[in-house]
Amino acid sequence: MSKLYTFLKYFFITFWTVFVVAPFLWAVSTSFKDFQSVNSKVTYIPWLDFEPTLEGWRVLIKSPAKGGVDIVEPYFNSIFVTCTASLISIVLGTLAAYALSRFTFKAGFVRNNDITFFFISQRIMPPIVLSIPFFIFLSTIGLLDSLLGLVVVYIVLLMPIAVWIMVDFFNRVPKELDETALIDGCNPYQAFYKVVLPNSIPGLIVAGMFCIIFGWIDFFFAFILTFTEVQLLPVKVVALNSSITPWWSLSASALVSVAPLIIVAFIVERYLSKGNLSGALK
Amino acid sequence: MNLIGEKISYKPDEQFHLNDVSFNFKKGNLYTILGRTLSGKTTLLKTIAGLLNPDQGSISFEEKDFIKIPVWERNVAMVYQQFINYPHLNVYENITFPLKQRKLSPEQIKKDVDEALKTVGLVGFENRKIQELSGGQQQRVALARSLAKKAKILLLDEPLVNLDYKLREQLREEFKRIFSEGLSQDTILIYSTTDPQEVMELNGEVIVLDEGKVLQKGPAKEIFENPSNLKVAEISNDPPMNVLKGSKNSKNLNFENISLEIPNHFKNLEDRDYNFGIRASEIKLDENGEEFEIELAEISGSETLLHLKRGNSKIIALIEEVMNFKIHEKVKINFNANKFYAFGEDEKLVSSPYGGTNG
Repeated sequence: MSKLYTFLKYFFITFWTVFVVAPFLWAVSTSFKDFQSVNSKVTYIPWLDFEPTLEGWRVLIKSPAKGGVDIVEPYFNSIFVTCTASLISIVLGTLAAYALSRFTFKAGFVRNNDITFFFISQRIMPPIVLSIPFFIFLSTIGLLDSLLGLVVVYIVLLMPIAVWIMVDFFNRVPKELDETALIDGCNPYQAFYKVVLPNSIPGLIVAGMFCIIFGWIDFFFAFILTFTEVQLLPVKVVALNSSITPWWSLSASALVSVAPLIIVAFIVERYLSKGNLSGALK
Repeated sequence: MNLIGEKISYKPDEQFHLNDVSFNFKKGNLYTILGRTLSGKTTLLKTIAGLLNPDQGSISFEEKDFIKIPVWERNVAMVYQQFINYPHLNVYENITFPLKQRKLSPEQIKKDVDEALKTVGLVGFENRKIQELSGGQQQRVALARSLAKKAKILLLDEPLVNLDYKLREQLREEFKRIFSEGLSQDTILIYSTTDPQEVMELNGEVIVLDEGKVLQKGPAKEIFENPSNLKVAEISNDPPMNVLKGSKNSKNLNFENISLEIPNHFKNLEDRDYNFGIRASEIKLDENGEEFEIELAEISGSETLLHLKRGNSKIIALIEEVMNFKIHEKVKINFNANKFYAFGEDEKLVSSPYGGTNG
């Protein structure tokens, strides 16, 4: 029985690893191919099957005047918009979540849970419903086709995630911990940043990761709210696909698109397992 | 210069958490608050700490209106029944936290922390993480943090309740030592518990609390010997004092078709119906005694608790040896009539074996 279990375990782990890693390997190899090696027959091994070329990668940094697509600027635009919007969402979202977790709000029939649901409900709506209001809103305040406008819209999209994750996290931090901090001479702000925040690092990291992922992969709003001045990476990558599909540069751009997320995941992974609250309340 | 509370009420929902509570705590004394779960003990301590604001009433300390002072300026210390420490700090940093908050000099901090560590017996654990400590050690860290602060008011909210039996016994002994040595004459110590035995051992002034109301105040011995009513008698004994509905006539005490000779301290009682109280430890197995049916027999340590029934009365007897009984078995027991309490039908104490009456 246990042998079968071990076998099945390793079988599924191997299967899943191949399932996840194979497309990456395929993309890596395709990014070094030229038109001939992609379209004539199936090729696998560089130098034997096909002659590797850097053309697919060069296109990404060449200016359009020279026949390239230049994703460098959209790349940094994406990084700027995602990071700024995530940071602001985390800061505001964490403060909002702390308030929702610790204080009791009453306004008519509205209670804490209703406010929390109000935040989350922003994500329940299909994005298409929000597109026209956002378009009109940004054009009214003159932020259409600008980085700042995208940051504003992304904060609206990302903050609910931050609030949602952090409310749940703070609800699991014992209230007695804040109270002890107050008794030990902290005013409420000090109690928050000296005691509650250092113990919330795992929650902050999870929230931050979700914000970065959802910000980075958004195509819809980046597509609708920008035209020529500003472009974000997902839009640019999709735009690569013209009458002839340039599989080599598509593969290369796909790889550079996921690279930041993979790096973030590796950095964050070690912090996720580290922090725990077991010492606060046993 | 005392901590004085007057007519404090706190009613956040339909029920009173505190109902007209008054107290006068003097410096250098130990006060215990005895009450069952949800009797308002924690609420009272939190009100003193300033974490809760009462709806009515006033608290003053050193002639100042305490309610106007925010928690972080009150200079109180509190130990919770859960082991609350700062998980992101190690033992040493945990204890220095309140001292740094008060901006004491590094030399002073080191001296105070070392002293506190010594008092609670955690020398050598300075660099441990909180998560690496056992429950008892965690509670010691919390206590050390409270002691190092040298707060004028030290609140302990059922500090032993979440520990296992052995650790509880051990820490209780240490508490007695710490309270007698480690505290200055400037400190008011307030200790809440559900355990009557703890109250007797700490031997301070007791406040018996139930449903947010003060039932009785006085020295531990007085509460034990002369509980002012049935509720106090139940709360201040573990197992709770047995209550037998019965009556007294000129010759006998009668209950459940049992007649007992009238003990001396009942001689002057009026002949009428009473609620008789008798402690579980004053009931003995006796071949010539009265027959009761066993409903449950629990062995706890070296004692056996017998839950007995006769007619409408259910009582608990404490036998000081380990014995095995069958359920529904009949046993014969004898009551020590000299230790009978008499409570009136209004549940107030009428006569006690220690001479106390309720007015």
